Amino acid sequence: MTQSGNLPRSRVGSLVLIAAVLGGGATAFAYTAGWLSPGRLTPERMIAALAPPAGPSLGHRRNHAKGICFTGVFEANGNGVELSSAKVFERGTYPALGRFNLGTADPNAVDATVRVRGLGLQIAAADGEEWRMALINPPVFAVSTPQAFHDLLIASGKKDPEAMKIFIQANPEFTAFATWAKTAPWTASYAEEPYHGLDSFIFTDAKGGEHAVRWSLLPMAQVTPISEAELEERGPDFLEQEIAERIRIAGPQRWIMVTTVADPGDPTADPSKAWPESRRKVEVGTLVVQRIEPEQDGPCRDINFDPTVLPKGIRVSDDPFPAARSSVYRKSYDLRAAEARDYPRTGMAKP
Amino acid sequence: MRDAPHRFAAIQRLLHWLMAACIIAMLFIGVGMVSTVMPDYLPLIRIHETLGVALLVLVVIRLALRLHYGAPPLPADLPPGIKLGARLSHLALYGFMVVMPLLGLGMLWAAAYPVVLYGGIHIPAFLPQSDRGHTLLWNAHVYLGLAFFALVLLHLAAALFHALIRRDGVFRSIALFPLHDKTTPAE
Ligand code: HEM
Ligand code: HEM
Repeated sequence: MTQSGNLPRSRVGSLVLIAAVLGGGATAFAYTAGWLSPGRLTPERMIAALAPPAGPSLGHRRNHAKGICFTGVFEANGNGVELSSAKVFERGTYPALGRFNLGTADPNAVDATVRVRGLGLQIAAADGEEWRMALINPPVFAVSTPQAFHDLLIASGKKDPEAMKIFIQANPEFTAFATWAKTAPWTASYAEEPYHGLDSFIFTDAKGGEHAVRWSLLPMAQVTPISEAELEERGPDFLEQEIAERIRIAGPQRWIMVTTVADPGDPTADPSKAWPESRRKVEVGTLVVQRIEPEQDGPCRDINFDPTVLPKGIRVSDDPFPAARSSVYRKSYDLRAAEARDYPRTGMAKP
Repeated sequence: MRDAPHRFAAIQRLLHWLMAACIIAMLFIGVGMVSTVMPDYLPLIRIHETLGVALLVLVVIRLALRLHYGAPPLPADLPPGIKLGARLSHLALYGFMVVMPLLGLGMLWAAAYPVVLYGGIHIPAFLPQSDRGHTLLWNAHVYLGLAFFALVLLHLAAALFHALIRRDGVFRSIALFPLHDKTTPAE
């Protein structure tokens, strides 16, 4: 160590430099991780906002927690090929797996207390690609941005009635959804509901042409409106019993998948804004639900119906929701998988 | 003064710096993407997966080169405790480089997510869905990721210590370009 002690000044300088590099590196890391910005909207904060006052139901989805699995097929009629090169649009039959659900964080919610019904779906193409989606029955989403969704969760969780008023003033788009919630008829069956993707995606056709689209699953079953009170009388878990019963007696249930193509200038970044009725619609196939299984041991339990799992030929648009949903659903999945012991399988299926 | 035997082979030095930059990017992208709900989340996670798999390929090549070429000896005057620390920390760094991408892939497989990289490269699953498996791999990826960053910082501190304070040729042995040491080597 001949040089040690020979250059005390440059040595101090070097030590300071080393400390600065380490401190700077660690600080930059902490900043990137959000540890220094408690105001950042993280997946954790969204998950916390979704939790009911008594805390989340461990082992269950953090939203749309009540649900039942189905399996079936997607029958593509070939019409979608014109819009997207995704293999699932080529005429043919593809395995489908999904989940009917209620938009609540409570897996034991009474059916008649939950306005929003949903459907998670995964379609597998022959080449190993998957298309996942999660759709709901209102024709528009409640808010324009993920941040506004967080604010809605906070406002609606407050006891103070002023909180919602203030929220609506800041987010007037909410009224379209609120009107639907107040006036749209209820039904007594998952089979009678339409399910809308709401978010906009980009389809790319074989020639490279791009089309902004939204899609819906429209029921082929006869729709019989009923009142909220009537539904309540049928029991807390009527919907799950009914869909299992209906398929057992009447056979498979069907939905037509309808793709709506945007005109230039239609709002793609905001799922709270409906597109005009006159937009071009293309029926691309039929979802056939053939079999119902309880969630606890069912095949939908372990699937995250992340709307950004897309086959080639479909990609996200400037709509900010799919990315936000993907990050929050992943977190929800991480948590519920880690809590599987709190929602034990009955042991008939794999461990 | 020719010091060729005191340096890593050019290809080793190149890989070292290429991977160093990518690993630091991976660590920052990792903690950044899991703390955002913004649209950037999607490209970030796609980059994280693609770059992570590329790094797995690179570390295999790097280990093969390391076995083939070996490494220049550490300075003779380095205390034995520090030498041991250096060897163990380098071993740990290689361990992280191999294990982190495998954990990342494993955790996606165990969650039944398809792994699709940039370029449409689809990596088939080698593990079935499993709650317990996913939880284990996920925790390992998160906590080892943080430990990896801590070790990278320590490695950086040691490198700067060699380069600026000891000036003992250790930094020069891995530097991308030949450096002129202003002081005479400690011998
Ligand atoms: C930023 C806005 C949103 C947040 C934070 C959010 C949050 C969540 C969470 C945490 C889950 C549980 C995921 C899991 O554990 O697998 C979930 C499920 C679901 N979400 Fe959302 N969501 C949002 C927007 C939407 C939108 C726009 C739709 C419909 C167009 C939707 C439809 C659904 C459906 C149908 C499910 C149930 C899927 C299943 O059966 O697994 N969500 N949501
Ligand atoms: C050198 C290789 C890698 C490094 C250094 C690395 C590092 C990290 C870090 C620091 C995080 C953030 C953990 C947290 O704070 O929650 C993370 C998360 C993640 N990484 Fe990696 N990673 C590597 C490779 C991979 C690979 C190859 C994949 C997949 C193909 C992957 C997939 C993921 C995923 C999906 C997450 C989010 C985990 C979650 O919270 O669900 N990583 N990684």
